[in-house]
Amino acid sequence: MMTTTPLAQRAASPVPKKHWRRRLTVLAFIAPAVLGFIIFFIYPLTMTVFYSFHRYDLLSPPQFIGLSNYDYFLNDDPRVWQSIRNTLWLVAILVPARILFALGVSQVLISVKQGVGFFRAVFYLPALAPPVAATLMFVFLFNPATGPVNESLRFLGIEGPLWFNDPNWSKPGLVMLGLWGVGDVMIIVLAALLNVPKEQYEAASIDGANAFQRWRHITLPTVAPVLMFAAVTGVIATLQYFTQPAIAAQAASGHATVGGGVGGLLGYPLGSTLTFPQWLYVQGFTNYYLGYASVLALVLFAVAFIFVLILLRQFRDTFHAK
Amino acid sequence: MTSFRNRIIATTLSLGLAAGLAACSAGEAQVQQGPDPEGGKAEGTVELWHFFSGREADAVAEVVADFEEKFPDIDVEVRPEQDDEKMRQAIAAGKGPDVGVSYSTAVVGSFCSTGAFQDLGPWLERDGVSEDIFPKLVRDYTEFDGVRCAMPMLADSFGLYYNKTLFEEAGLDGPPKTAEELTEMAKKLTKRKPDGTIEVAGFVPTFGFYENTPSGFGAPWGAEWLNEELDPQIAEDEDWAEMLKWQKDLVEWYGLENLNKFTAGIGQQWSADNAFQTGKIAMNLDGEYRNAFIAAEAPDLNYGTAPFPGPADKPELYGAGYVSGSIAGMPKGAKNPEAAWELLKYLTTDTEALVNLSNSLRNIPTTQESLASPDLNTEENFQTFIDIFQHEHSSTTPATRAGAEGYTGAMADFTERWQQGMVENLEQGLAEVDQQMTTDLQRSAP
Repeated sequence: MMTTTPLAQRAASPVPKKHWRRRLTVLAFIAPAVLGFIIFFIYPLTMTVFYSFHRYDLLSPPQFIGLSNYDYFLNDDPRVWQSIRNTLWLVAILVPARILFALGVSQVLISVKQGVGFFRAVFYLPALAPPVAATLMFVFLFNPATGPVNESLRFLGIEGPLWFNDPNWSKPGLVMLGLWGVGDVMIIVLAALLNVPKEQYEAASIDGANAFQRWRHITLPTVAPVLMFAAVTGVIATLQYFTQPAIAAQAASGHATVGGGVGGLLGYPLGSTLTFPQWLYVQGFTNYYLGYASVLALVLFAVAFIFVLILLRQFRDTFHAK
Repeated sequence: MTSFRNRIIATTLSLGLAAGLAACSAGEAQVQQGPDPEGGKAEGTVELWHFFSGREADAVAEVVADFEEKFPDIDVEVRPEQDDEKMRQAIAAGKGPDVGVSYSTAVVGSFCSTGAFQDLGPWLERDGVSEDIFPKLVRDYTEFDGVRCAMPMLADSFGLYYNKTLFEEAGLDGPPKTAEELTEMAKKLTKRKPDGTIEVAGFVPTFGFYENTPSGFGAPWGAEWLNEELDPQIAEDEDWAEMLKWQKDLVEWYGLENLNKFTAGIGQQWSADNAFQTGKIAMNLDGEYRNAFIAAEAPDLNYGTAPFPGPADKPELYGAGYVSGSIAGMPKGAKNPEAAWELLKYLTTDTEALVNLSNSLRNIPTTQESLASPDLNTEENFQTFIDIFQHEHSSTTPATRAGAEGYTGAMADFTERWQQGMVENLEQGLAEVDQQMTTDLQRSAP
């Protein structure tokens, strides 16, 4: 569709002016987005890099200390590796568990013939509970001495674990909390499943495909983009996991208080629920090592970035290469 | 291509400029607001932030009302339930209060050295307020590096609460005087269900439970955190190791899992279901303020108080304990410093105000005069804590630039691993704590 203009005509024509006006108009339209990007992304990121080379406590001027913050991260921080292990554990278990559970529940829900609306509401509702209230309720349900879960297990002759009071069971407890509130993932997976064209199933059946083959070759490729979306957002959300483990630790430790700040109580029991963003918060806003917290923020950013890249590449290779 | 390169350069330059500007604004130190040498007029509105809530916040509000009556030109806006983290962030953003009250002496070193709280020396000097009005221990924990940036506003001392009814049932006639006696009594007082789980605990020895901290257990043993040069001495001071061995013996007698199950099933520390108040724990380490909670929430509880016991071979330590307290200061950037100073002075040095606060909060007043005031309610269970507070061997967590959390955190982590049985060699473990504390303290060195 391109046109050419003779040279003499071009020199005399007012096109460049028009061109500029057009450019300015375009610029004016994209300016809010660009400004937003600079103010809310480029600027904070630049400052985070800047502070990571400084000692900064919010009140005194930043003091340049070279790579000391990075050195402390790699060699001296007593709890950062524990918080990294906890966070990776949650990414590896919580995210796939929630997606698989959401897929399973949705699959069951589309085959339910009666009371569809009721069951959908039942499975979706927990996602609407505020995280603090939901976590508190979970800690009380799973209270090893008085909670109904262990009471029921005891009735069956099983001595339940200490759940949120046992370092080995606190993270699985959080996974169960995540599964209970699976409604947010379930609702999009359900929508995707309902979108699979029925004719394809019929055609596949006529061709002799069994149930598993129909699921593998029709259902899965159709819902794959939604599962990928759930995986990417799930990984990012889990890397930022803060509220639920903080509330669980506070309630289970028996110290819930006003005025004590949150920093001191994170991680109970024995650091098993201490997540990476929590440790970042403690370093930045309980101990006021803002420079060091910036290092942790950069690590978190890089890890989230890499995770998402890997996931997207995996997705592209699996479903689009063909 | 050229224009693209130019754009890259321009973007980089503007980002660099933005970063530079931000760094300058972030580092812009605010000037210390000294007092008016002539004694300026204290009037207008002052904002007071404190951490108390509920019943305790009401008590503070009453004392503030007394202040407003005495100083009708000053209005006080009180914001309760503020913690140190919020206060520090607000101060940094230039939106802090005129007077801030912190629940912990742990922040003194950090608030003083960063200037979050202003140096009050010039104000004290102008108004002729001598620091000698405070007992030495609180005088020490409210200043750092020769700078008095905070005033003590009531203190906490920690001792033993015991349930007299449960003692009588077990045939015991008085509180333990040594740690060994405490262990024996705890065993006698403990009641178990047929399946072996704990129904009533004589004493819960686990670190992390309620007020069970290394400081709370360590002070009556004479264990000290730092030496005079402010270097850690956890491994060097054998009292720590002795205390830890005593603690773990009792944990093992109960079984850690039994204790964890028991503590998970009892009430929250700050609720009316507190297990000492409901009679589920016979002896408990707690601060003097528990007296007020018991009076309000469990008035029928028949209990007594005593110093928390230490080792039998150091009888001179009996009566000592861990002392901490609330502090008040004038944050950097206070909008109305003259009126703020008047309120600060009233809350921390006025005998009537301190006695009223002490009588309602059941905290220990922090001036010599208020401690000796005939109006101070010194009923027996509270007097115990005044005596602990004044005991020559009582100790606190020394102020450092890193704050107290900055160096006690390593020990708190260690004690939790210790009671889990995850520490094979105690001496080596404590040496590692020392090393970690040294690293943590050095991080904040100028």
